[in-house]
Amino acid sequence: MEWIQQLVNGISLGSIYALIALGYTMVYGIIKLINFAHGEVFMIGAFIGFYAIGGWGLSFVPALLLAMAVCAIIGVVIERVAYKRLRNATRIAALITAIGVSLFIQYGVIYIRGAQPEAYPNVLPSKTFEIFGVNISSQSLLILSVSIILMIILQFIVHRTKMGKAMRAVSFDAEAARLMGINVDRTISFTFAIGSALAGAAGVIFGTYYTKIDPLMGVIPGLKAFVAAVLGGIGIIPGAMVGGLVLGVVETVVSAFGYSLWRDAAAFIILILILIFKPSGLFGKNTREKV
Amino acid sequence: MLKVNEINVNYGNIRALKGVSLDVNEGEIVTLIGANGAGKSTLLKTLSGLLKPKEGTIEYLGKSIAGKPAQTIVKAGISHVPEGRRVFANMTVEENLELGAYLRNDSAGIRQDFAKVYELFPRLEERKKQLSGTLSGGEQQMLAMGRALMARPKLLLLDEPSMGLAPLLVQTIFRIIEEINRDGTTILLVEQNAHMALSIANRAYVVETGKIVISGTAEELQASEEVKMAYLGGH
Repeated sequence: MEWIQQLVNGISLGSIYALIALGYTMVYGIIKLINFAHGEVFMIGAFIGFYAIGGWGLSFVPALLLAMAVCAIIGVVIERVAYKRLRNATRIAALITAIGVSLFIQYGVIYIRGAQPEAYPNVLPSKTFEIFGVNISSQSLLILSVSIILMIILQFIVHRTKMGKAMRAVSFDAEAARLMGINVDRTISFTFAIGSALAGAAGVIFGTYYTKIDPLMGVIPGLKAFVAAVLGGIGIIPGAMVGGLVLGVVETVVSAFGYSLWRDAAAFIILILILIFKPSGLFGKNTREKV
Repeated sequence: MLKVNEINVNYGNIRALKGVSLDVNEGEIVTLIGANGAGKSTLLKTLSGLLKPKEGTIEYLGKSIAGKPAQTIVKAGISHVPEGRRVFANMTVEENLELGAYLRNDSAGIRQDFAKVYELFPRLEERKKQLSGTLSGGEQQMLAMGRALMARPKLLLLDEPSMGLAPLLVQTIFRIIEEINRDGTTILLVEQNAHMALSIANRAYVVETGKIVISGTAEELQASEEVKMAYLGGH
């Protein structure tokens, strides 16, 4: 029964990757930019949760919502300040800018509060349930349910609301979307806000689950989430969810077999394999050239 | 209704329109004919706010719209059916039509217009749950037109609606354009199929390398030797 426990752990880790991957994939879908500063938004979310819980005594859910709100604003500011003027520039220029923004935020946070790590306050009850002989911690279950709720809300926004339809329209054909009267700038800002809010939520969840945070914590989960987004097919929202879960499970399985040192390598081996054999990702169709 | 006065428009580094002036009166069908690359699509894109004129004025219902953002122009009542249809292939027919009504909040009116569009294009109603990327070229043209009508435009800009369609379908599309016009929508039609365009238009302009070279009523142009030679296949 131990492997079921590992599976549950893998899914919990994977749902964190999935939440971050969603932001990568949504932003890529709408402006074809890999926003490498996205992992740093995740880090900021973790710190806001930390100060909210430890400093101001908020409980988990209000801290989560606060982190999401602040990260949404930060995401919009990053887009307005750094990326908007590069919308017609070459993609490599935008990519380098994204890396610059990422470093700026990492070292900005270190400059403001120092590089020392923090221990996340314990806000969630840690009980263990036994279901059919499997021990499952209440934290894993909570993380999983929060992630699932957020993904359901996201699906609702993207498919049922006017703004979500505008997002899909802009990501398919921005000029045609303008002819519908859609405000493209506002739609892009909204996309950054949603993606960054999800990253912020992932930061708080990560903090409560793994209990240690630091200003460079966004780098590795950020890269892994990027792998997850590519694995699922960059630009495809369900792909990011599935890619994140698959990656989390693979990593946990690799650790469970005693190769925990190879955990990070596993993610990047997946990236290499997917780029060689199916660059459009699990959910991607072969790209059609636009005529 | 629409008064374009001496506009110059650049497309990249190329001057695509040089001192173009034209008028469209309420209730008319006006057509712009001319060869590929003459600047017809550039003119429509400038009218709908996708491009900004360098010089000149565009007046619509007495107000200047030159250089205004596209959403302002859609809101004012000008809808543009772009060349190549540009339907949102990743969305259903119904969702495409909903996006056409993006700026409207009158749900009763939107429902009415859904019914109207489905009456005009029964094929779209049959396929409303289908992804629009799976439609045929003719159906996509109908969808692009229906989507534009969902904004309840006073002036409809149509760019090459006959492109790539079978002759029978071209006739259907042109019959529907006349029907839309009879319902009170003014139409500015860009076409390479000069023959068809002149057969339904009230007036016409001929565009050559970014300039208007001939203008007049459709009958005058159909009779003109120059137009016959260049655009109606000789004789």
